[in-house]
Amino acid sequence: MNKFEPVIGLEVHVELETESKMFCRCPNIFGKAPNSLICPVCMGLPGVLPVLNKKALDLGTRAALALNCRIQKEIVFERKNYFYPDLPKGYQISQYVSPLGEEGFLEVRGRKVAINRVHLEEDAGKLIHKDRYSLVDLNRAGVPLLEIVSCPDLFSPEEAFIYLKELKLLLRYVGISNCDMEKGFLRCDANVSIKPKGRKELGVRTELKNMNSFSQVKEALAYEIKRQSSVLEEGSRVFQETRLWDEKLGKTKVMRSKEGSHDYRYFPEPDLVRFSVTDENISRQKELIGELPAVKKARFIKEYSLSENETEVILSSPFLGGFFEECLLKTDRTKKVVNWITGPLLETVNSKKMELSDIKVSAGNFVSLVEMMDRGEITNLTAKAILSDIIDKDADPEEIVREKGLSCVSNESELTEFVNRVIAENPKAVEDYKVGKSQALMFLVGRVMKLTQGKANPNKLKELFKSALS
Amino acid sequence: MELYKLSAGEISGKIKAGEITIRNTADFFRRRIEKFNPLVNAVVSLFDDPVFPEETSGSKLWGVPVLIKNNICIKDRKITCSSKILENYVSPYDASVISRIKKAGMVILGTVNMDEFAFGSSCETSSLGPTMNPWNRDYVPGGSSGGSAASVALGFSPLSLGSDTGGSIRQPASFCGVSGLKPTYGRVSRFGLVAFGSSLDQIGPLSRDIRDAAYMLDIISGFDSNDSTSSSQGVPDFSQSFDGKIKGLKIGLPKEYFVGGMSSQVNKRITKAINLLRSKGAEFTEISLPHTEYAVPAYYIISSSEASSNLSRFDGIRYGRRSSKGGLTGLYRGNRKEGFGKESKRRIMLGTFSLSSGYYEAYYLKALKVRSLIKQDFKQAFRHYDAIITPTSPTPAFKLGEKLDDPLSMYLSDIYTISSNLAGVPSLSIPCGFTEDLNLPVGLQIIADDFAELTLFRLAYAYQQSTEWHKMFPKGYE
Repeated sequence: MNKFEPVIGLEVHVELETESKMFCRCPNIFGKAPNSLICPVCMGLPGVLPVLNKKALDLGTRAALALNCRIQKEIVFERKNYFYPDLPKGYQISQYVSPLGEEGFLEVRGRKVAINRVHLEEDAGKLIHKDRYSLVDLNRAGVPLLEIVSCPDLFSPEEAFIYLKELKLLLRYVGISNCDMEKGFLRCDANVSIKPKGRKELGVRTELKNMNSFSQVKEALAYEIKRQSSVLEEGSRVFQETRLWDEKLGKTKVMRSKEGSHDYRYFPEPDLVRFSVTDENISRQKELIGELPAVKKARFIKEYSLSENETEVILSSPFLGGFFEECLLKTDRTKKVVNWITGPLLETVNSKKMELSDIKVSAGNFVSLVEMMDRGEITNLTAKAILSDIIDKDADPEEIVREKGLSCVSNESELTEFVNRVIAENPKAVEDYKVGKSQALMFLVGRVMKLTQGKANPNKLKELFKSALS
Repeated sequence: MELYKLSAGEISGKIKAGEITIRNTADFFRRRIEKFNPLVNAVVSLFDDPVFPEETSGSKLWGVPVLIKNNICIKDRKITCSSKILENYVSPYDASVISRIKKAGMVILGTVNMDEFAFGSSCETSSLGPTMNPWNRDYVPGGSSGGSAASVALGFSPLSLGSDTGGSIRQPASFCGVSGLKPTYGRVSRFGLVAFGSSLDQIGPLSRDIRDAAYMLDIISGFDSNDSTSSSQGVPDFSQSFDGKIKGLKIGLPKEYFVGGMSSQVNKRITKAINLLRSKGAEFTEISLPHTEYAVPAYYIISSSEASSNLSRFDGIRYGRRSSKGGLTGLYRGNRKEGFGKESKRRIMLGTFSLSSGYYEAYYLKALKVRSLIKQDFKQAFRHYDAIITPTSPTPAFKLGEKLDDPLSMYLSDIYTISSNLAGVPSLSIPCGFTEDLNLPVGLQIIADDFAELTLFRLAYAYQQSTEWHKMFPKGYE
């Protein structure tokens, strides 16, 4: 049906999780008051000099290795010269001629997507536009960035989307960044062109910017492919240009044409010496990479018979993956643990507006909670309440149950008393149940749950209500 | 006893012995500056409230007053690089050399004039007006560290700091009849020196007595964790070179330097100096540094390329002069157009061109290749020779205004000094007499291998032991 096929390449920038910035000692922290994390070096004051943060080089090397790149043994930084108010020195220290890593790949749905290059550079500051003014915040200036450039080796917006998800997972797993796109820790520009099906030669590409989520990347690419197709179908031609994605309009708009493109006048940064990446350091970084998420995913599916979906949720953060495996060292109730991690644990994190890193409950206590519930010693509701209580401080759930008397009540005579009382107090619900409204039964059970603070065995209650009302 | 005629070492000795106080010493020099500076415009900022050391130190220069070139950052002081674009810029931090000077207990009296951003060889491109040569005020003091050299020549302070990218310490030292040292690249931290050509810049001392320069180098040298290009080479005790023993030292005289273009007046003085050193046992041989003729073009391409990038930060957005022009591009243009002087613009244009795509290989890369050939020339020479001796500049000081509109002839004033920066080797200029016709100072340049400043000091000291040139003062400033 469609005469054209798209070719896509992605440029991803990732902020590295270092303690301090790339060339000075300012802390690398997000979300502080504007211009509170700055010093003469990252402000680009007259006379200052950069000094490389070796940790940035280590993390970059690790990422490049995880992306199967050939590692440059001698690291040279270069200056990329351009004027912009968020760029304090009037140049960005980057890498051009010899990037840290080259010729790697990332596995996406069983296919190796070629990575062209991985290089280190420093981030710029941020502009805040307010009324008639533009304000400059330099907290981000000098934060270490890793740029990962894929080859034009992605062939649909969907594939680009999955590439990004896999890339994010990988980078989180090797511990170089948490890749939070909302905070700008990961940014993505996309290059896309179309060509008649079957032809080898690539068409004229446009570069898309300003997408704030992976889904937007997908949408922007889909829009752009459509736009380029109709341009060609009209007999017109596609111009090489940079286009901005407008999320609200769902459209891309021209930002600048190629004629207006910069000559960055790269040249070797004379303020930095050459750094070598030693074989020793390469093997140390390789060790730190550990099991890659793609391998882990396959293993989880095979070893624990997890579904694709469950694996994805559990592997979405290195913490959860580790927590999950730690739990399984203590119990063989795999299914329950999976359900409780992907269910109540994450729900509690969300409802308490916590970060995964705030989870304090140990795998051991989490498992014993799940087991108590599974053995019917406490109800689901009680278990959830206890989880909410101990998730951010860790405590032994068995002790809590003992101390607070939260054991499940299954004793028939005890429960019958509550059943009778609730029937007496809720004639309307009783009536509803009798005319066949089955939800009324759940309402009545709920009333007892409330009276027993969630301790009553719900299955037992259902039975008792059914027989009492039959 | 006139305090200003003493060496820095002598002054420190007197202070330590309790013969004079630090404050009185500083006041003496401040008064001298107030009295005579209007004649020469060497000092651009005389501090009302100099900082005095709280504790004594073992430093040989404890208590000695010093003047600083206007491109080395001093905390809470105006540092303008003699450019309009930084006319009100106050540095919030100390350059590493300044921290070290303060720690050694030296007293910073103020800042001195220079060519704008160190672009020049005459001190005439300063936005604060030119400095005059103390020996004849119709003449330039040399540049870019013209203020540093003129101040020391006049006894405004026994020592000053300058910076040298292509001769900016040595050439003015030569023009003003004082000693000036460009240390080995990496010997002295550049942190806090407003960059001109980052791969060439070095901070160094100017003094009359060469021993003062050595004491000063001792204070400012050594690895600095704020400058990755600073060297971790150990710093020797430079005073061990003051023994007058130069017998058997092998010295090369590069034939490429002793050719047409050198004034006969200069040639005469240099020949005399060589004869003196020979009489003390140094052995001279003619040598060749075959790539010398390419040094000037390579230097102007490399230094201007780096400068064009280094000066990008002066956009008037965060600090410095701000134009009233509107719009982002308009603001940038206005700030830089109004803020930079003619020579700065020339260097920015030259450097930007050399780095532009399509020209990069033919200019910048080619210049880098020339640079490594020049480096090899020196490496080769220092395999056989302890030092190389040349004139510092082909001519004595020229007249104010004489070369201002002729950049090429101005650039050639640095023809003998540039190679040392390209090669990174240490090099100094010492006064070796005056021209017979105009009575202007002439400088002798001594160059040694990387980190062999000891050899420079040894030769310079031996020379100064037998001569009085470094003790001469211009007349009319008593």
